[in-house]
Amino acid sequence: MTGTMRLKLKGGTVVDPAHGVRGEVRDVFVENGRIVTAPGAAAKDHQEIDVSGMIVMAGAIDLHTHIGGGKVNIARAMLPEDHRGDLVDRTALTRSGCGHAAPSTLTTGYRYAEMGYTACFEPAMLPINARQAHMEMGDTPIVDKGAYAMLGSDDFLLRMLAANDDQQSINDYVAWTITHAQAMGLKVVNPGGISAFKFNQRMLDLDEAHAYYRVTPRRILKVLAQAVHDIGVPHPLHVHGCNLGVPGNVDTTLATMDAVEGLPMHLTHIQFHSYGTEGDRKFSSGAARIAEAINARPNISADVGQILFGQTVTASGDNMAQFRNAGAGSPKKSVVMDIECDAGCGVVPFKYRDKNFVNALQWAIGLEIFLLVDDPWRIFLTTDHPNGAPFTTYPHLIRLLMDKTFRNEKLAGLNDDAQKLSNLGAIDREYSLYEIAIMTRAAPARTLGLVDRGHLAPGAAADITVYRPDPNPEVMFAKPAYVFKDGELVARDGAIVKVTWGNTHVVKPPYDAAIERPLASYFERFHTMRMSNFKIGDDEMCECGHGSKLLRHTCRLPSTR
Amino acid sequence: MSAASERHDVPCPFCGLACDDLSIAVALDRVEVTAKGCLLSRTAFARAGHPAMQQPRVKGVVAPLADATAHAASILAAAHLPLIAGLATDVAGARSALALADRVGAVTDHLGSAAKLRNLLVLQDAGWITTTLSEVRNRGDLLILVGTDVVSRFPRFFERIVWVRETMFDLDPAAREIVYLGEAANTDAGIAPDGRRPTTIACENRRLGEVLGALRAVVAGRRVPRDEIAGVPLAALEALGARMKQSQYGVAVWAAGDLDFPHAELAVQTLTDLVRDLNQTTRFSGLALAGTDGDYTFNQAHTWQTGFPFRTSLATGHPVYDPYHHGTDRLIATGEADALLWVSSLNPARVPPATAIPTIVLGHGSMQLPREPEVFIPVATPGVDDNGHFFRADKVVTLPLRKLRDSQTVSAAAALDAILKAVG
Repeated sequence: MTGTMRLKLKGGTVVDPAHGVRGEVRDVFVENGRIVTAPGAAAKDHQEIDVSGMIVMAGAIDLHTHIGGGKVNIARAMLPEDHRGDLVDRTALTRSGCGHAAPSTLTTGYRYAEMGYTACFEPAMLPINARQAHMEMGDTPIVDKGAYAMLGSDDFLLRMLAANDDQQSINDYVAWTITHAQAMGLKVVNPGGISAFKFNQRMLDLDEAHAYYRVTPRRILKVLAQAVHDIGVPHPLHVHGCNLGVPGNVDTTLATMDAVEGLPMHLTHIQFHSYGTEGDRKFSSGAARIAEAINARPNISADVGQILFGQTVTASGDNMAQFRNAGAGSPKKSVVMDIECDAGCGVVPFKYRDKNFVNALQWAIGLEIFLLVDDPWRIFLTTDHPNGAPFTTYPHLIRLLMDKTFRNEKLAGLNDDAQKLSNLGAIDREYSLYEIAIMTRAAPARTLGLVDRGHLAPGAAADITVYRPDPNPEVMFAKPAYVFKDGELVARDGAIVKVTWGNTHVVKPPYDAAIERPLASYFERFHTMRMSNFKIGDDEMCECGHGSKLLRHTCRLPSTR
Repeated sequence: MSAASERHDVPCPFCGLACDDLSIAVALDRVEVTAKGCLLSRTAFARAGHPAMQQPRVKGVVAPLADATAHAASILAAAHLPLIAGLATDVAGARSALALADRVGAVTDHLGSAAKLRNLLVLQDAGWITTTLSEVRNRGDLLILVGTDVVSRFPRFFERIVWVRETMFDLDPAAREIVYLGEAANTDAGIAPDGRRPTTIACENRRLGEVLGALRAVVAGRRVPRDEIAGVPLAALEALGARMKQSQYGVAVWAAGDLDFPHAELAVQTLTDLVRDLNQTTRFSGLALAGTDGDYTFNQAHTWQTGFPFRTSLATGHPVYDPYHHGTDRLIATGEADALLWVSSLNPARVPPATAIPTIVLGHGSMQLPREPEVFIPVATPGVDDNGHFFRADKVVTLPLRKLRDSQTVSAAAALDAILKAVG
């Protein structure tokens, strides 16, 4: 099948929340890689696939998955013992590789596509390491890619804040970074904390001052959220907050929500930031308070970062937290890095155990958040791959959300004390197929500003997943019957039938080129790379991506505020 | 002689430091470093820029590229265990080599892997705490150079990282302390701008494990019941340990290539475990300098494409990582490998090992080979006659290598892709 041939998906049940379609039997037409309106009765379809009785959705979109960049590759290199358990043979069509905790790039693309995912976003791209991230994503087949540039502990920004530079200059710097690192959004990780760790600070709470710059995380969050808003990047500031994994961090997370004073903000892997200090072991669920706060604040969205039991590896820009957590790793090894006056990283293998009190409660906290947040447009399905669990667990996670009986059976097998401390068993909610479609395609497309993805109206890119209904959602979501990427059939019944290379999504917010004067000087005075070599050109992006297309998305007009 | 044009901010791929501030005069028949050069870069750019024999050869006879790639493909396809090695190349060359290796079921190994494994085994066994060049430049107040003088391998290290004009913080770069521990050929680079001499604690590199073990014990407050270790007075280690604990941002620098003794990985691990101990109270990091000949470059691409580091076999259809079994020297000595594809587009001095098995070589046209291979394909040098990407010594920064002039020479990646296509 080629992209130019017209295709008719006949008689499927369409679930398309972007247009309020909750399950309508109708045909979907595809031509030149796009969804098109039904041709006239006289038109003859070139190809027809009967999908009657099946569920037709847009391809799924993962807005937070660590698939490319230095720390992911460290995780791969560190874990031969894990990867040996999931070796992938080459076929006539596909390359060999390996799966599980930190899969090879090729296997990552195949497995996402086999599961009906058609776009993945790397959430923590260090600007100084952006080339590597893009090259790894360029070797990730089929799915579309994009990345959020990480700022907030970089010395250039902290120097600007310490010097009280105006918001406009910060906006220019942020826009310049996003543009030349070829990013789709902006992320902040442990605001200021990665830098503070280099000055031997071991914690940095929301209102605590950085030892050298005397700047607080609250201020960093505010200026970056403001910058993202002002320069018109569609996705709000993507925030990995302070105190990841620390009991009692729920208070910090609640305060963080208000630190941006009503500006849009996305809180990522919020499960890891929703811990109380109640109970004998001083570790408890803060999920109810978190969910209540999200429900009350329409400017806030979150993804969960659900943990699931088994071996995985945690890979984070948060070197401060990862250094703290290294002792709890399994197998016991860890990498912690300070990186280029730009950021840091920490990689710690982890084995989540269902009989372990903390792990069991983490599992329950994640699910409580999913089930207590009312609006599926503002809560996203992630495991923070691979930090909570590998992305291949998504079908299992979907079943936990959709099937209360199954969920409670699993809960009953966990650590007893954790069960007693969790309210999960009392929650009756079961996600509907429509809500799953919102949180896995319509909502991520909307928050990212992907106007032609995540829905099935004429004009949309023909990224389409067709599921065979099954009473067990885990079965249904593991191996969709058909997956189309830009109109081409790429996977059938969970097996790859064609390898394409996907597109790369970027935004290019405008900035005042005068920002390059202080930047060029900064690179020359303090760095070990010239500014001109830092910038990644569009041609270079295409060289790195097997000729994949660079898709530039519009930013809103610069704000006048 | 053609007219030269001048380029600035040119990245140099001829050692792991990957300086990107060079000025270079470029002509069709020569390339010359005009500013910020070092011995390595001046020689390497001149050699890479020299016009050389551009025609492929099959059995020593000039042949069209298509014939050369077809013959190479037939050798690889007929082999039971092809070995793709050398691999001193850029990311594009690495990617194409891996695609070919997967197709023909080859083992891949890098010419620098024996040295690189001294670090990789530590990463896989315990991990470590490390830092990068710009962090050291701005923060490092104490640099301990372990078993290396650094500058023999990375000539501009002190110029660009240590004795710089200013740092971002309150650290006077000229006030940094330099300690050489182990063998160091040239300690002059460690003399501060004000003439202050570095501290030298000499011992044989092969005994570094003992010395570092004692140092770790001293730092941990344990009693070491000896007056000297491998010729090093205990008092010298006690003084060093105390200094390390006092530093705000100490850095232990090593170059695995200089730690050429059996089980050097154990010495490296003792050092990185010591660094981890120090971080209980202060900040201290390792800096594992490598990257030369694209060892990091190939290993990074190999790791993301297969999920394992190099010395991996794809013969059984999936990656089998075995750092002992899959070494080039062993596979050739035992006769297990029955065809060799040697890629060295970054360094014509890196020639294939002497072997009677059918050999295909992709290298610069000026490469002096000990014996004529079955197939020789002259390829472009990335950063001179082709664009490319190169991973620097700290494994974080990737430099964009620029094509400096018009060239008809095929890239290693294109030659490898053509061989893959001919394999079918």
